[in-house]
Amino acid sequence: MANVLLIRYGEIHLKGQNRGFFLRLLKEDIAAALEEFGAEVTLGQGRYYASGIADSCLAAAVDHLTRIFGIWSVSVAKEVDKEFSVICETAAALMQEELAKRGGSCTFKVFARRSDKNFPMTSNEICPELGHVLLERFPGLSVDVKEPEVSLSVEIRERAYVYTNEIMGPGGMPAGSNGKAALLLSGGIDSPVAGYMMMKRGLELECVHFHSFPYTSERARDKVVSLAALLARYCGTVKLHIVHFTDVQLALYERCPADQTTILIRRAMMRIAESIARKNGCKALVTGESVGQVASQTLDSLVVTDNAANMPVFRPCIGMDKYEIMDIARRIGTYETSILPYEDCCTIFTPRHPVTHPKLDRIQKSERAIDDYERLLQEAIEKTETLVVSGSQASG
Amino acid sequence: MIYLDNSATTRVSAGAAAAARHYMTEEFFNPSAMYAPAVQVEREVERVRAELAASLGAKPSELYFTSGGTESDNIAILGTASVQRDPHARYITTEMEHPAVYNVFLALARTGADVVFLKPDSAGRIDPAALAEAVNERTALVSVMHVNNEFGSVQDLAALSSAIAAKNPETYFHSDGVQGFGKLPFGPLPVDLYSISGHKFHAPKGIGALLMKKRVKNAGGQLGGGQERGVRSGTTNASGIAAMGAAFEELRAAEAENLRHMRELKLLLANYLLSLPDVLLNGPKAEEGAPHILNCSFLGVRGEVLLHALEERGIYVSTGSACSSHKKGKNRVLASIGVEGERAEGAIRFSLSAENTPEEMARTAGEISNLLGVLRRFRRR
Repeated sequence: MANVLLIRYGEIHLKGQNRGFFLRLLKEDIAAALEEFGAEVTLGQGRYYASGIADSCLAAAVDHLTRIFGIWSVSVAKEVDKEFSVICETAAALMQEELAKRGGSCTFKVFARRSDKNFPMTSNEICPELGHVLLERFPGLSVDVKEPEVSLSVEIRERAYVYTNEIMGPGGMPAGSNGKAALLLSGGIDSPVAGYMMMKRGLELECVHFHSFPYTSERARDKVVSLAALLARYCGTVKLHIVHFTDVQLALYERCPADQTTILIRRAMMRIAESIARKNGCKALVTGESVGQVASQTLDSLVVTDNAANMPVFRPCIGMDKYEIMDIARRIGTYETSILPYEDCCTIFTPRHPVTHPKLDRIQKSERAIDDYERLLQEAIEKTETLVVSGSQASG
Repeated sequence: MIYLDNSATTRVSAGAAAAARHYMTEEFFNPSAMYAPAVQVEREVERVRAELAASLGAKPSELYFTSGGTESDNIAILGTASVQRDPHARYITTEMEHPAVYNVFLALARTGADVVFLKPDSAGRIDPAALAEAVNERTALVSVMHVNNEFGSVQDLAALSSAIAAKNPETYFHSDGVQGFGKLPFGPLPVDLYSISGHKFHAPKGIGALLMKKRVKNAGGQLGGGQERGVRSGTTNASGIAAMGAAFEELRAAEAENLRHMRELKLLLANYLLSLPDVLLNGPKAEEGAPHILNCSFLGVRGEVLLHALEERGIYVSTGSACSSHKKGKNRVLASIGVEGERAEGAIRFSLSAENTPEEMARTAGEISNLLGVLRRFRRR
C-alpha cells in the first residue's frame, strides 16, 4: 500500500484556455521541489500525484510543497486498488492510527468522491457502507457529520486514494506566472511581507536594498541577505541588488530642508529602484508601505513618493495594521530575522520633525536645487552590487 | 590592517599556534591516560601550571585551568556562594564589572543574597574606604576587576585587600584579571581568587585559568570526571594549555619592553586625539590607566558610525555603545563613571598590543581627524 501525495491546486481552476500554461508551470515547480526525494509527479484530474517518496521523507516533502504558490492543499494518501474491500482495510488501518493518537476514541465522518464512474458504488453509497464497517470494527468511534475530529476521505480516480489529512498550501498563482517586479527590501518587518504577497500572486521578484555604510553596518547587510534568502525559499532564488546609497543621503541632507529629508530619500529610492527594475525586465515596484504607519506613509507622503515612479507601485500591505503584517511575517518565517537590531543604525537622516503633509511642488523645488541630482542617482546605480540569493541559504 | 581591538581578542602568536598544533596532531594524548606518551603530555600541563602559578606568586596546586575568563569568574563567584551556609550573605562588586561578573552577581541577588554594587569614581577607581564601609561580618566575597576592559582603570588590589581584611578577614577577595594579566608587571597578588583568559594575551580562545588560594572553600564548576582536582571536570585541554604556556613565556620574556612600548603608543595616540576639537578622555589619565586601553569620546559623532568609517580604512576599534535601536546610548560600564548621553554615544575604545607601531597611531589619528570633519557635518536635526 504505497503512500502518494495528492496535491490540489487553487485558482488555476478558474482559468480558461490558458489553464494548460499554469498547470505546466506548477508541475515544474512541484517537480523541482520534490526532486531531492526522487518523486515522480503526474497530473491527473484536478490533482497532481507525487509518488515514489520514501515514507521517512514524506513530512519534509509536504513542508516543501507548502511553500509552492498555486498549491491549495496536500494530502498524504494511501494509493490502493479500486476494490471496496481493500479500501475498507486501508481506511481501518488509518483509523487505527487516528484512534491511537486520541486515546482510543474519537468522532469521524467519511467523505467520498467518485470521478471514475465505472466504480460500482456511488459516493452516497460508499460513505454509509464504509462508515458502518469502521463502526463495527472500532467501538471507540462515533459519527459526527458536523464537526468530526477525523475526516476520512476516499477518492475513486485513476486508482483509489484514502487519507485522513489535508495540509493547506499557500494558495496563489505559480511563481513567475505573472511576470517580474522589483521589491524595495529594507531590513524591517513590512517589506518582506509585501514581497511574499506579490510572489504569491505569481510575480517573480528582484530585491533592491539601500545600504548606507558606514551609517549601517556589515551586519545590517547580512540581515537583508538573510531576508532575501527566506523569501527565496518560496521561489528558489532571488536577485538582490544592494545600492550604495550613502552619498545620495548625504547630499540630500546637506542641500535640502531638514524636514523634507525623509520624503526626498524615499523619492530617490523609488527612482533608483525603477531604473534597476527596468534594466532587469521588471514591470512594477513593490513596497511594504501601509497608509498612516509613519510620517513617510501618510496619504500626502505616499502621493509625493508615488509621483517619483513611472511604473506601477504595488503596496500589498497598504490597508493592513502593523499587527496583521507581523502575523504574516511570523507565518512566512521572516519576523525573527526582521527584528534583529541591525537596522537604522543612525537616525541622522531621520529628521526629528518630518513633514507629514508634503506638497509636491515644494519637494520638486528642493530636488531642482540640487543641480547634479541625476548624476548622484546615476552614481549610486552604477555602484550597485548584485547577488543571487538561494532559498537553501536561508537559516532557521 | 591596523588592529586596535586587542581587548576583544588578540592574534594567536606563532609560538602558541605551533604549540597548539603539536599537542593536537602529534602529542594528542589525553593527559589522564595511563601510558607513557600521555604522562608526557601531563608533564607539559603541569609545567605550564607551575609557571603561571609562579608568575602570580602562588603554588601550582592553586591554579586551575578553565575554558576562559567567563568560566573562571563563574566558578569563583558561584562556587564560593554555593558553599555558604548563610542564604543572605553579602556579596560586593562594582558597577563597572564585565558581564561575566556583573550578571553572576545579579543572579545571586535573585536568589535572595545581599548584593552590593559599588560605584567607581570618574577615573574608574574604587575607594578602599568605601569598600571597607560595605564589608560586614556576613560578607562572603568581594569581586573587583583588576583592569577595567572599557577604559583601562587599574585598581590598587593591595589597598582593597587590606580594607577587606580589616573589616572581615574571612571574606574572600576575587579579582577579574582578564585585562590585567600580562598588562601589568607579574608578581604576587593580594587576592584569594584571580581569573585569566588566554586569548587576551595571544593564546587561543577557549583556554583560561582560575587562581584559587588554599584557604578558599569552593564547590567548583561543572561536574564529571574530576579533572582539575574536581574544581573543573572535563577532558584537559592540553593543546590550549600548551599554547597558553607558550604565549605566556613570550610575554614574560619581553615583559618590561612590552609594557613600556604599549604605554608609549597609548600616550602617543592620546596626545594626537586629545588635541583634536571636542575629544574627551574617558576614565583615568592616559599615564595612569593600563598601558593598552584608551577610551575617547568624539562629541557630535556616533561611535558606531566612526567605527564603520575606520573599518572602511582598515582600522579596527570597538565602541562601548551599540547604535542598535534596542540599546541606543546605554552603556552600563561607561555610565558607572558618569559617561552618558552624547558622550557615551561617541565613545571609542582603542586597545593595543605589543605588535602595534607608532606609525599606526599616527595614521589612526590622521584618519580620525579627517573623518571627524566629514561626520560632524551630519547630525540629527
